Amino acid sequence: MTTLPSPAARPRPAPPPVRRSRRSWRGWGFLGPFVAVFALVFLAPIAYSVYLSLFRDRLIGGNTFVGLDNYRQALGDEQFWAALGRVSLFLAVQVPVMLGIALLVALALDSGRLYGRDFFRVSIFLPYAVPAVVATLMWGFMYGTRFGLVGDINDALGVSLPDPLSPDLVLASIGNIVTWEFVGYNMLIFYAALRVVPHSLYEAAQIDGAGQLRVITAVKLPAIRGALVIATIFSVIGSFQLFNEPSILQPLAPNAVTTDFTPNSYTYALSFNGQQHNYSATVAIVMGLITMVIAYVVQLRGMRKGV
Amino acid sequence: MPKHSRRLLRGLGLACALALGVAACGQESGADGSGQKSVSEDDIRAALKKGGTITVWAWEPTLKQVAADFEKKHPGVEVELVNAGTNNDQYTALQNAISAKKGVPDVAQIEYYAMGQYALTEQLTDLEGFGAGKLSAQFSPGPWKGVQAGTDRVYALPMDSGPMALFYNKKVFDKYGIDVPTTWAEYLDAARDLHKADPKAYITADTGDAGVTTSLLWQAGSRPYTVKGTEVRIDFSDQGTKKYTDTWQKLIDEKLLASVNPWTDDWYKALGDGTIATLATGAWMPANLVSGVKDAAGDWRVAPLPQWTAGAGDSAENGGSALALPELGENEALAYAFVEYANAGDGVKTRLENGAFPATTADLQSTAFQDTAFDYFGGQKANKIFAESAANVADDWSYLPYQVYANSVFNDTVGKAYVSGTTLAEGLESWQQASVDYGNKQGFTVDR
Repeated sequence: MTTLPSPAARPRPAPPPVRRSRRSWRGWGFLGPFVAVFALVFLAPIAYSVYLSLFRDRLIGGNTFVGLDNYRQALGDEQFWAALGRVSLFLAVQVPVMLGIALLVALALDSGRLYGRDFFRVSIFLPYAVPAVVATLMWGFMYGTRFGLVGDINDALGVSLPDPLSPDLVLASIGNIVTWEFVGYNMLIFYAALRVVPHSLYEAAQIDGAGQLRVITAVKLPAIRGALVIATIFSVIGSFQLFNEPSILQPLAPNAVTTDFTPNSYTYALSFNGQQHNYSATVAIVMGLITMVIAYVVQLRGMRKGV
Repeated sequence: MPKHSRRLLRGLGLACALALGVAACGQESGADGSGQKSVSEDDIRAALKKGGTITVWAWEPTLKQVAADFEKKHPGVEVELVNAGTNNDQYTALQNAISAKKGVPDVAQIEYYAMGQYALTEQLTDLEGFGAGKLSAQFSPGPWKGVQAGTDRVYALPMDSGPMALFYNKKVFDKYGIDVPTTWAEYLDAARDLHKADPKAYITADTGDAGVTTSLLWQAGSRPYTVKGTEVRIDFSDQGTKKYTDTWQKLIDEKLLASVNPWTDDWYKALGDGTIATLATGAWMPANLVSGVKDAAGDWRVAPLPQWTAGAGDSAENGGSALALPELGENEALAYAFVEYANAGDGVKTRLENGAFPATTADLQSTAFQDTAFDYFGGQKANKIFAESAANVADDWSYLPYQVYANSVFNDTVGKAYVSGTTLAEGLESWQQASVDYGNKQGFTVDR
C-alpha cells in the first residue's frame, strides 16, 4: 500500500517564480471587497470593543490604560451575574415552553386533520410580524391593573388578580410576551422542516403498524432534529440578548424592571446612564463569549445525537 | 515573498484597527489650560452686529418665542432651537457630542441637579469672564447656587426655578371634609381619612422619584451630599432623612400611595378624576396642569408645602434649569448674548407670560407677578405662595457631581421599598452604597 503524497509534497515541475507572486495578488483581488467589508463591519467593531475594554475613562482622572482590570471587575460583578442568572432562568423556563407549543402547533398543522390549516398557520405566525416594541406596549397596557385588561377583569369580576408587573411576576410576564411573539416563528421553522419529510417514510411506518404517536416520535421528530437544534440555538441567543421587552416595560414598572434586569439592559445602562463605556464594552464582550459557548454546547449536543 | 506580504498585510490591518480605535476615541478631557475666557460687552455687541447662527439645545417650551424675539431684535442672528430630548435623554446626547467633539451645541439647557457633572469636568464655559458675576444679585439664591455647582465660578445663567408647594384637589378635600394639611403628620392623617372615605382615592401618586425624594429630604433638613471638589460624602443617616422615612414608610405600608407613574396618561387621568388628591412639586407645575389636566380646571388649589415641624416654614427646590455654554461650543459671544437675553433680559418677561416660573428676584417680588390670578386655580393668586416658598429655600443643599447617574439607579434601590418588603431606610442605604461605588470608580474620593 502506498500512501498518497500530500499536495504540498507532490513534486512540482519547475515552478516559475513569476507565477507564484502573481497568484498571491490575484487572489486578493477577488477576496479584497469581501475582506474589506468584513473587516469594517465585523472585525473593526469587535476590535474597537476589545480596545475600549482595556481602558477606563473616568470623570476625574481621564482615560487610562488598565489592562484586564475591567474583566476582573466584570467577573466579580454581582449585578452582572444576577442579570445573567435572570436570563438563564428565563431561558430554562420560557424556551422549552415556547418550543413545545411551536412544535405542537407545527405537528397539528402537518397532521392534515385540521380545517382551515392556512388560516391557522398565518394567524399563529402573525404576532411575529408585529414589531416587538408594539407587541410589548400592547401587552404592557393589558397587564395594567388600573386601566388595563387585568384592571378591567378585576373590576368586572370583583376579583383581585396579582399584578403581572410586580417584581415577582414581571419575568413570567415578559416570558409570556416573548412566547406570544415567537411561537409562530418557530412553528414555521418546524413546519417547513416537516413538509420536506418524504411521505414514503410515513407509508413505511404505517405498513409497520405504527400509530400517529409512534410516527411522531420515530419518524417526524428525528427527521426535524436539525430544525429543532437551530430553533433552540436561536432561542438561547435570543434569551441572552433579552432587551426590548424589559426596556419598554421599564417605564410602566420602574421598580420591578431594574436598570440591570438583563445583561443587555445592564450594558446599556452602564454606557448611557453611567458613561462607563469601557466597562460596558467589557461586559458586552464577556456576555458575547458566554453566549457563544452555550450556543456551541447546544449545537454539539444536538448534532451528536443526530449523527 | 508571499510570507512577507502576508505579514505586511497583517501589520497593516493591525495598524488600521488601532488607528480606527485611536481616532474614534482619542479624547482627552478638554481642560487644556485654556483658563478663563474673557469676553467684554463690546465683543458681544460686535458679535451681535456681525450676526451668525447659534444652536440651542433645550426642551423648555417658552424659549421658542424668546428665540423668535431675539432674532427679530438682532437681524442677522439666527437661533436654531433644537429639542434634543428631555433631561436625561439630552444629557446623554450632550455627553456623546462632547466625547466626539462634534455637534456640540452653543447653548444647552441643564438642570441644577445635573450641573455638577458638567462643571466639574470643565465641559462648560466659565461665564465669569463674560460679566455674569455681576448678575448674581438678580437671581434667587437657590438657583444661583445651582449654577455655581459648589465652586466660585458661574457655569450658567438660571432660567427657571422650582420652589415647592402643595397642589391639592380642593373638590376632593371638600367632598370628604378633610382639612388641607399644614404638616406632614397631618398629611398622613389626611391620606388615611381620604382613602378610608373613598378606597379609590389616594393622597398622592408615588412610585419612587429621585427628584421628589431628594427635595423632601432637602426640606426636612437632611444634607446627604457634601461635595468639596472631588471629595464627596454621602450619608443618609441624619435626622432629616429619618423624619422623611418615618412618614413616608407609613404611607407605603398602609398602601396610601397610588402606584401610578408620573407623566403617564394614567397619571394625568388620575389627577383629573380625583384619584390623586395632592402633588408636592415645583412651582413650574401649573403650566403642566393647565395643558395636561384640562378637565379638572377650577378644582385644584395651591397651598404651602406641609412642614416637618409645625409652623416652621421650610421649603426646597424641585427641578429648575439653567442655560449653559458648553466649552466646545462656538460663537461664545453670541451664545452668551442669547442666554443673557433669555434669562436676565427681556426674554424673562416673555417666558413668564407663557407660564414659566422665574429665577429672578425682581420678577418674583413684583406685584404684577404676585397678583396674577390663575383661572385654573379658581382665581387663586398662587404666585404669592410660590414666591414665599422661594424665599424659604435653604441654600446650603448640594447635589452629587454625578447626580444624573445616581438618579438613574434610584428605582433599582429605593424603588424596592415601593414594591417589596424592603424598607425606605434600607433602600436609601443601598442607594447610598451604589452612589459611593460609582463615585469611587469615577475617580472621586467618596466616603459614607
